Amino acid sequence: MESRLTRIIVKIYLIVFLLYLFAPLFVMVIAAFNDSKFPTVMPWKGWTTRWFEDLWADDRMWGAVGNSILVGLAVVIIAVPIGTLAALLLDSIRGRTRSFLYGLMVAPLLVPGIIIGISTLIFWNRIGVPSGLHLSTVGQCSFICSYVMLMVLARLQRMDRSLEEAALDLGATHLQTLRLIVLPYLRTALLTAAVLAFFQSFENFNTTLFTRGGATTVTIFIASRIRTGVTPEVNALGLVLITITVAAAVIYTIRKKNTAAV
Amino acid sequence: MKAVLSRYGTTLTGMMVLATFIWLAVMVVLPYLVMVEFSFRPNLLPADLGTEKDHLTADNYGTLFRNTIHINVFIRTIWGSALATFLCLCVSYPVAYFLAKMATAKQAAVLLLLLVIPFWINEILRTFAWFIILAYNGPLNGVLQMFGFIDKPIRWIYGSNGVIAGMVYAYIVFMVFPVYNAIETLDRNQIEAARDLGASLWRIHARVVLPHAKPGIAVGCIMVFTAAAGSYIVPAILGAPGTRWFTEIIYQWFFEGQNWQQGSAYAFLLLALCIAFVMGMMRVFKVGLADIAK
Amino acid sequence: MSQDIALETVTKKFGDFTAVREVALNIRAGEFFSFLGPSGCGKTTILRMISGFIEPTQGVIRIGGQDMRGIGPNKRPTALIFQNLALFPLMPVWQNVAFGLEVRGVAKAVRRKKAEELLATVELADSAGKMVSDLSGGQRQRVAIARALAVEPQVMLLDEPLSALDLKLRQHMRAELRRIQKRTGVTFVYITHDQGEALTMSDRVAVMSQGVLQQVAVPMDIYNDPATAFVASFVGESNVFAGRVTETEGGTGRIETEAGSFVARLGAGVSRGDQALLFVRPEQMHLGAAAEAALNRIHAPFSHAEFEGNFVNVFCGTDGHKPLMSQTRSDPGVLALTPGAPMTLGFESADGVILPAGELARE
Ligand SMILES: Nc1ncnc2c1ncn2[C@@H]1O[C@H](COP(=O)(O)OP(=O)(O)OP(=O)(O)O)[C@@H](O)[C@H]1O
Ligand SMILES: [Mg+2]
Repeated sequence: MESRLTRIIVKIYLIVFLLYLFAPLFVMVIAAFNDSKFPTVMPWKGWTTRWFEDLWADDRMWGAVGNSILVGLAVVIIAVPIGTLAALLLDSIRGRTRSFLYGLMVAPLLVPGIIIGISTLIFWNRIGVPSGLHLSTVGQCSFICSYVMLMVLARLQRMDRSLEEAALDLGATHLQTLRLIVLPYLRTALLTAAVLAFFQSFENFNTTLFTRGGATTVTIFIASRIRTGVTPEVNALGLVLITITVAAAVIYTIRKKNTAAV
Repeated sequence: MKAVLSRYGTTLTGMMVLATFIWLAVMVVLPYLVMVEFSFRPNLLPADLGTEKDHLTADNYGTLFRNTIHINVFIRTIWGSALATFLCLCVSYPVAYFLAKMATAKQAAVLLLLLVIPFWINEILRTFAWFIILAYNGPLNGVLQMFGFIDKPIRWIYGSNGVIAGMVYAYIVFMVFPVYNAIETLDRNQIEAARDLGASLWRIHARVVLPHAKPGIAVGCIMVFTAAAGSYIVPAILGAPGTRWFTEIIYQWFFEGQNWQQGSAYAFLLLALCIAFVMGMMRVFKVGLADIAK
Repeated sequence: MSQDIALETVTKKFGDFTAVREVALNIRAGEFFSFLGPSGCGKTTILRMISGFIEPTQGVIRIGGQDMRGIGPNKRPTALIFQNLALFPLMPVWQNVAFGLEVRGVAKAVRRKKAEELLATVELADSAGKMVSDLSGGQRQRVAIARALAVEPQVMLLDEPLSALDLKLRQHMRAELRRIQKRTGVTFVYITHDQGEALTMSDRVAVMSQGVLQQVAVPMDIYNDPATAFVASFVGESNVFAGRVTETEGGTGRIETEAGSFVARLGAGVSRGDQALLFVRPEQMHLGAAAEAALNRIHAPFSHAEFEGNFVNVFCGTDGHKPLMSQTRSDPGVLALTPGAPMTLGFESADGVILPAGELARE
């Protein structure tokens, strides 16, 4: 329906846009193989895999990975139940209370991460809890709960309430109804929420920066590597993370398509 | 409350209320309140705690206005975030329109996936890649020189240029998705009708598409602005020496100045800025929190 | 085993809106009892109060004599068949049926066996392993019944369970439900807005309008002896005449209407001087010799006739008025009449009933 000229212009724009989108990824990948002391693609000094070897041998990196996984799992364990319970609550109240609670639950998504980190740090310090990964976990949970809540709520709102009533009517207790009817119905949403929560936590930098105490997570490790001795090791790590993410994205998309088809 | 009780029973209702309370009170509301209270306290030596010097004061907020460097940084942060937001909108709009109204279902699906992939990758790594690209001896200058567009390298990372370029890239999805969702709901017939009436391409967008996409644009702007104003890593990597971002100053108060009270005051100012922007957008564009949450 | 249900002046308000107003009635143990009324009259609300999902604003519900206040739906001896069935989509058929046993901690093998028995009684023995989404509408219906029977309820509550089925299946399921009810002896409380369903299946019927109970009676009395103008007009067809009651004597009265002055039975609550409505069923509105011999006669021009097979509907009257309707056994004579031909219609006084105009007066 658009004129041919517009279509051509839009096509060109899209190509440029996609180049812009992916240029950094290419640069990152190529720099990881450049045999140059500094992370760059020009000048090209020849192929090498030594940055990967360096990375593999880097104990600090492994420590950081361990910490990130630990925090990520802790966040999943805390945020998924809390977000789910909050969504269940929100789903069955109406009116003013609901709007108020909803506002409070969504607000953390709009607060800059460093402010979440700072407020968490100060609050716990004032009641005598020193900073460390546990505070990073708590700080991250405060907004990751919001994501979980929104995902679960979206699913709950499509659930037929009479299923719960039927279970109760057949003699199930409230807990049995939750376990046998509601949770199985939410299964996919909960799994997705858990994966997303883990990713969000793994990616987090701003909140962690202020709450971590002396501990290092993957993002903190990368940032400190970039600011101090810049080496292509970072690019090597980047490539590894890119591979994992792209694989995850592709699997997720395919799975979503499959479940949508059912 | 009665509805909740009859739906879930006492035990579950208790758990739900408790979980919600722990989250909202202990993780959200109280920390902000304590941070604000803390920002009104002087930074004292342990010995002075509890003496008459230990009283509430707005002094920490005065610091910003006494320090011209800091106030410049604050203004630069506002201005830079606004500019990054505007550029994001300009870059995203054609993409969102293409996705919503021109692409076939298959094209849209592929493009959406392509859009998402870079943004699943850590913000720090993406920003660092731009640092490599924009470097004085980097590939961008190299390519431009090779094709003869320029004869000597350009210093791209200069002033706030690098920061804003990095932010536009980092937060572009925050804009594309809401705008795309908004345009998608526009009835195609409206565009056709406008075209039948002889409206130019420019007019169709200005009078039909843009007004319809307003709520999406508002949501996109809110997301990009708050992310940009609160970003620490992009300015840290792409900022030229001497052009700091407000978040960097907050970080300094905490970990170099060891003055947390002062840092809290600055953090609160940043939060107030974001709240003001969000409220302003919500008021002007008449969108609610529920729209943003999508 | 089955139990009786008593509603003691039960009222339910949603905010300012009264969905059910002071309903008082007794449902006997082992009875097939129907609530009949138009959409929105409060039928589902009553059922949800009996099953315990909502509490009455006022009044008490007793099941087997026991006050049900404060007892949750999972503790009541009732099983509800939902308007949309509410079968669990993630479970196979047999698990749906066995759900009530599962939550009572019955062992899996026992559950499975019991479920299969019940599925056999609803003729679904070979569908135990299927998913609910693979069943037809009628099959789902029967799964819902089996699921409710599995918990051995003393009262079965059914909320328009047949409304989603096509005509053929609906008629088949009517007989089926009646059969199951007779065999199990469970008290059935059945909700419908379909009068045919209520009249054919039930031992007794309660007719409701706008939250108010109009009449509780056996189906024949609902039809032949309606207590209110609403019941008379909602159940079956009627010729209606509005007018004023001028004489009363014993059980009969005289009503002056535009179409003439008629003598008919007096319903409850009508006295001399009242505005009232006279109802006459079409099959009691005679033509020809029977009409000439009847006590009440009306002269009106022939309008048209509808051939229905075993009977003919004859319509008489002038344009602009609701035509009078007479139902006679097939008589080729009436089909040959030309519009405008003068006709005499007539009915006996015992076949007409005069009822208070009430809420229908405006129409
Ligand atoms: N939870 C509620 N809140 C407010 N009003 C309600 C609620 N439930 C029912 N109502 C109102 O009460 C009235 C009776 O509803 P009910 O569901 O009992 O009707 P019904 O007779 O079952 O109708 P139908 O044949 O359409 O199912 C309706 O006007 C309905 O709008
Ligand atoms: Mg109903």
